Amino acid sequence: MKQFKLQNSVAELKEIAKQMRVAILKMLHRAGSGHSGGSLSCVELISGLYFSELRHDPRNPSWEDRDRFIISKGHGCPTVYAALAFAGYFPLAELDTLRKLGSILQGHPYSRATTGIEVSTGSLGHGLAMANGIALAARLNKRNHHVFCLLGDGEIQEGEVWEATMAAAHYRLDRVCAILDHNGLQIDGPNDEVMKVMPVVEKWQAFGWHTIQIDGHNFDQILAAYRAARKVVGKPTMIVAETVKGKGVSFMENVVDFHGVAPTEEQLVRALREIESSQP
Amino acid sequence: MTADKIATRDAYGEVLVELGEQHEEIVVLDADLSKSTRTIKFAKRFPDRFFNMGIAEQNMIDTACGLAVSGKTVFASSFAIFASGRAWEQVRNSICYSRYNVKVVATHAGISVGEDGVSHQACEDVAIMRAIPNMRVFVPADAVETKAIIRTIAQDQKPAYVRLGRAKVPVIYDDTYVFHAGKASQLREGTEVALIAMGATVVLALEAAARLAEEQISVRVINMSSVKPIDRDAILAASNETRAIVTIEEHNVIGGLGSAVAEVLVTFPHRMPMRMIGLQDTFAQSGSYTELFERYGLSVPNVIRVIKEIL
Ligand SMILES: Cc1ncc(C[n+]2csc(CCOP(=O)(O)OP(=O)(O)O)c2C)c(N)n1
Ligand SMILES: [Mg+2]
Repeated sequence: MKQFKLQNSVAELKEIAKQMRVAILKMLHRAGSGHSGGSLSCVELISGLYFSELRHDPRNPSWEDRDRFIISKGHGCPTVYAALAFAGYFPLAELDTLRKLGSILQGHPYSRATTGIEVSTGSLGHGLAMANGIALAARLNKRNHHVFCLLGDGEIQEGEVWEATMAAAHYRLDRVCAILDHNGLQIDGPNDEVMKVMPVVEKWQAFGWHTIQIDGHNFDQILAAYRAARKVVGKPTMIVAETVKGKGVSFMENVVDFHGVAPTEEQLVRALREIESSQP
Repeated sequence: MTADKIATRDAYGEVLVELGEQHEEIVVLDADLSKSTRTIKFAKRFPDRFFNMGIAEQNMIDTACGLAVSGKTVFASSFAIFASGRAWEQVRNSICYSRYNVKVVATHAGISVGEDGVSHQACEDVAIMRAIPNMRVFVPADAVETKAIIRTIAQDQKPAYVRLGRAKVPVIYDDTYVFHAGKASQLREGTEVALIAMGATVVLALEAAARLAEEQISVRVINMSSVKPIDRDAILAASNETRAIVTIEEHNVIGGLGSAVAEVLVTFPHRMPMRMIGLQDTFAQSGSYTELFERYGLSVPNVIRVIKEIL
């Protein structure tokens, strides 16, 4: 694995996504625990940010004008950790220490331990309000950076998500771009069985947001949506990304029980073989 | 102690089904963690009396309030950090203030959660639940005691918080065990030091006491599973009959078991040395259960060290 540049073509992004899946599965396997399904569903969404859309500088992680990314569904952090390592925020070897005693890579994102992690998450429902706070500060400080925030579709059952949704519209936070990882599943089963969240697009529209619907594994659509969100004036943007939980590994795709488990040795071998032989 | 190891959450799942058979008025709520809290067993057996509220703990607790006001006995479960933390104010204002029949049974408490890390390790729950008037706090040491506590609170009409763990723990009690709210259970007689523990640290206390017995140091072991109401008599007896008190908890030492014991101890006329073993006002981190217990002083050698220091 090598370090990647920050601006990439769609063809290059596909290769990065592939390598990210490999890194995610390996680190989860080594850790022996963690969240496979929800990490794999947001690989394109996150690699599209770190390797194309975000203005950021791994050599200057506290650059004031950088765009911010918040993973509100904190359990998907292996994907962010892979992106940060691939971008050069910390050595790739750190990925081997995920979830181990003393690691800079905690089981859920911890901003004080990991360079490039903006805020600590893991308890669902917090991220969007944090993004709003960052956007309000940017406005006060007359800065132009944007804040991207990834939410899970089970996560949006938390009331705080809707409090923050209302606040972002109220304060006309057009620098806030939320992304919904709409994979249809959570821990106890499909969203529809646990607590229906649909219709989502109409909900955010009713709250005064600009909405965009995309295939969350299609880089052309992802990049177009990010660019469009940047241009929206006077309201925040919600990108509803249709995704597949466990994407890229046939026996994990759409399987509820792969939410919170790491691949076994045998599963890892099979998964890596599938990914490596897949056509981008 | 038998060789069996059972997670207290597994015992909870089982006893809920047993109670569900006996009591029509029992309903169970969860917040998208029924597989982990084990309420799924009840959900499968009594689908009409189970409500998954989704990832919405505050909503879950106020819904529990509404059900309780209407005559139901409500068990509401999630991970301890979310059940006690996210929904704290709902528990205080909606459940405890008016004394409704809601049992918050929280699993995955403490650092034995392990690799998920700090966002999921509740080490303040006993403190914040204990601080609410009308709330009772119970921390069972094993599977048998878990069932005894759940059976007891299913019969009374009052709020309760029960703290359960994720990891498997040794079974200490046999089926003759009887639980009384407000009564501690003395597991070992001793005259020099009283070790007071709760939950997963009770086994640690027993092991440390057994080792110290080999060195002719006599240690009393008390399981203070009823953290609130606490057993004043057991603390009084320990203060009269031993020379020092040491508490051990998988919790911050601020506000937890050690604090609860100290609050009683300071009301006695005589003074005696006391030490608190637990998280020393720090967050833990990701790691395995056993590594974390070692690292944060919840180990037999550390208990022995503290006892020798205080004597
Ligand atoms: C406040 C809170 N409640 C419960 C949990 C436990 N939990 C972790 S992941 C998860 C399901 C998340 O589902 P979703 O948001 O759809 O994520 P994804 O499918 O993308 O993995 C739950 C309930 C949590 N982390 N935070
Ligand atoms: Mg989901």
